Amino acid sequence: MSDITANLAYESHSIAHHGPRLRISEKIALTAMGIGSMLLALSLIAVNGSTSETLKNLWFNISWALAIGGGGYFALSKHLKDRPGVRNQGKTTDSLTARGAWGWMLGIVFTGFYIIIYWFPQYLEGLTRLHDGLSQFLQGKPADEWFVYGTVYTILTTLMGAKAIAKYRHNRYHIVRTSVIIFAQLIFAYLFPAICVKFNQPEVYLTYFWPLAYDKLFPSTVMHLFHSGGLGYFIAGWFICGTFLATPVLTYYFGKRWYCSWVCGCGGLANTMGDSWRQLSDKSLKSWKIERWSIYSVLALIFSLTVLLWCEPYLPASMKEIVYQIRRFYLFGIGAVFSGVIGVGFYPLMGTRMWCRFGCPMAAFLGLLQRFNSRFRITTNGAQCISCGNCSKYCEMGIDVRHYAQRGQNIIRASCVGCGICATVCPRGVLSLENGPTNNRYNHEEGLSLLGKMKSR
Amino acid sequence: MSERHIVILGNGITGITAARTLRKRSNHRITVVSGETEHHFSRTALMYIFMGDMRYEDTKPYPDDFWAKNRIDLKRGWVHSIDSQQKQLLFKNGESLKYDTLILATGSKPNRFGWPGEDLEGVQGLYSYQDLEMMERNAKGAKRAVLVGGGLIGVEVAEMLLTRNIQVTFLVREKTFWGSVLPIGESAMINREIQAHGVDLRLETGLKEILSDGEGRVRAIQTLSGEEIACEMVFLTAGVSPQIEMVKASGIECDRGILVDRFLKTSVPDIWAGGDCAQHREAPEGRRPVEQVWYTGKIQGERLAANICGDLAEYDPGIWFNSAKFFDIEYQTYGWVMPKLKEGEKSFYWEHPEGNKSVRINFEEKLGAVLGVNVFGIRHRHQVWEQWILEKKTIHEVLTHLGAANFDPEFYSQYEIEIISAFNLLYPDQPVELKTKKGLFSKFFAKILK
Repeated sequence: MSDITANLAYESHSIAHHGPRLRISEKIALTAMGIGSMLLALSLIAVNGSTSETLKNLWFNISWALAIGGGGYFALSKHLKDRPGVRNQGKTTDSLTARGAWGWMLGIVFTGFYIIIYWFPQYLEGLTRLHDGLSQFLQGKPADEWFVYGTVYTILTTLMGAKAIAKYRHNRYHIVRTSVIIFAQLIFAYLFPAICVKFNQPEVYLTYFWPLAYDKLFPSTVMHLFHSGGLGYFIAGWFICGTFLATPVLTYYFGKRWYCSWVCGCGGLANTMGDSWRQLSDKSLKSWKIERWSIYSVLALIFSLTVLLWCEPYLPASMKEIVYQIRRFYLFGIGAVFSGVIGVGFYPLMGTRMWCRFGCPMAAFLGLLQRFNSRFRITTNGAQCISCGNCSKYCEMGIDVRHYAQRGQNIIRASCVGCGICATVCPRGVLSLENGPTNNRYNHEEGLSLLGKMKSR
Repeated sequence: MSERHIVILGNGITGITAARTLRKRSNHRITVVSGETEHHFSRTALMYIFMGDMRYEDTKPYPDDFWAKNRIDLKRGWVHSIDSQQKQLLFKNGESLKYDTLILATGSKPNRFGWPGEDLEGVQGLYSYQDLEMMERNAKGAKRAVLVGGGLIGVEVAEMLLTRNIQVTFLVREKTFWGSVLPIGESAMINREIQAHGVDLRLETGLKEILSDGEGRVRAIQTLSGEEIACEMVFLTAGVSPQIEMVKASGIECDRGILVDRFLKTSVPDIWAGGDCAQHREAPEGRRPVEQVWYTGKIQGERLAANICGDLAEYDPGIWFNSAKFFDIEYQTYGWVMPKLKEGEKSFYWEHPEGNKSVRINFEEKLGAVLGVNVFGIRHRHQVWEQWILEKKTIHEVLTHLGAANFDPEFYSQYEIEIISAFNLLYPDQPVELKTKKGLFSKFFAKILK
């Protein structure tokens, strides 16, 4: 077909965008962030057990102040200098957000960080010692690498949460939701457990439930709590109710989102630090197929393991060995490699919710409840959809939202975490997250033009 | 019914909806022909490709393997002419394709009004994928663009260019933006929105001619008042018209568009037409004979496919509705809200003090039945408004239950109380009290859905 001159340039070439130039103040902020980060990195080799308290504290304060101050200013300024509104321009062309060189580099840095913290924590010694002061203050003991991890995680959630609020400040759903995410992380997943340790209580993370926190309902944990007296009873009760009472009830009324995009720290990091990469999730049918196999396998695995552990006293010795092996595999394969290395490490390459979508057993459990017993759905507004594709593109869970919207169908998918971005980016006001009666929740009879089922026709 | 070969010319929303409907209803062999792109994409999303919100492949509503799975053949190529005697398409490259039934869904092209210089390099419209590629080339190194003609495409082009730091001057012939469609309140709001984004909006300004740099490229334009504005790009955004040259030349009866009856048949047996390219000999009530709207293309595609399968019915677009987005202000409309009131009509308009949200409800003066609504910066439910208009609910009933129409996200401020207070100030005789607040399946909506 030689007469066809049109070659689809956009399929093969990237386009140079010329966003607004950096302001002087932004350049200064970036410099501060760079120096702060370099100082933090430098501590890895320059700080050790014999470094004086004064130097460590000074180092800690200066480096974090520069990193947070500079990073925070830059992140906020980027959005606040724009008028409020949907701003996704350049997402598919910028190196950082479109799997360009910056994206790859950052993906490798993130992944590398997880590999080091899981398997080579000794290399983090310098950075860990840097955090001794803060750790002493909060937990009453020197820092370990997981305290550093928690600190970095919380700072990123808070800082990038502020950025997300600035970006979506025209939309109150995101302001409220993101604020709650930051609060949950800061208070329940960081300060509260630290303070527990300080007062010689068990280190509890009140916002993580079985089966995501897989050991929360292991017999060893429950028994330990029961044996540690009054508070222990409360905490054990909290986790049992969390899984078996709060989860089905809240999911019935609000959908899975009450947890996945309002409370959970994994979702929290995805929706704050990871927001710029949400569009990278794979939308193909094939990935949906893989998702269903993998996520329900993990759920089945952790369910079986938990049951087996409770039955352990009655199992023959040979079985006990098998249970031990399953447990080992789960802790390593799912708990570490999947949720950490792939889950967060691959943010800039495969999108932000790899773990939530393909691995998290809590998401699987919540998803089943949402799919079959919930009032939640995303409603499609009549026949207003123009099939533009923004909803699908910016769905972090890889749901082809447009597939439903252009057919006038409600969107009820087990994986939907109810982040609300599809409704936000829709330029025609087609989508809305709603809780309502369960009858007629699926409106799946398709009138192609949608008007087939509307009253006028 | 024996199986036939149905060829659809055009893979836009009309052609593709026809193809999908035919496949659902029949076993006919289906071929979709397009010169523009290999696969169907959403034309409405062209702007997002240019701005880098999405890639071309993200704008395809169906995955590439969808077509083979559904036995819809795709044929890429530009058609030179239709031989309706031999029932075949002749392609520009000499190929031919036989058909038993032909559907014409050739779409539109940007309007050109014979302005001097309109064929210069750097002058273009925005409708097709090729236009977008041209825009990409023309934007390289461009510092300033002039848009001629105020409508929906113009606003989109302005938004697109601003993301590349290209200054935009927007010439609008009317006194106010989109003044032929929007009442003055809403139009003034959009004027402000356009200006707030840094566009140099020139109302009541027409184009006189486009000036050449002497080498065939645009150098500047001259307005009717004689002002010269230097620019590297000129966009002709004064609407679109049916793309019918080839169809016309092939002897199918055309006026502004391809003439079709109420069943979407053309003047030639076994040839049907729908979407942007069609002109209805008798337009449905209140509708224009040529109506270039996404969803009417969709309905026509569905209708003519059903008709071809023998389920014959007249084209009926139902209650008018539409939507758009002007920079950051969303717009939805249901029913008829004309820029100027007709005899016996009244209009109630509320605008938020910040000037970026508004609701206008037009109603019959005597009975109070609502005729239509314009909402800006607030989302309203399609089904609820359609029901209200069909059932001729009065303005009082509608305002009493206004919350049932609210489709805004959770936690958004709700303005029903303010809107109703404003109404009660104007019409103190029968004050309205809000009974249905926002919320899915408020009693009212649940009733409609059941």
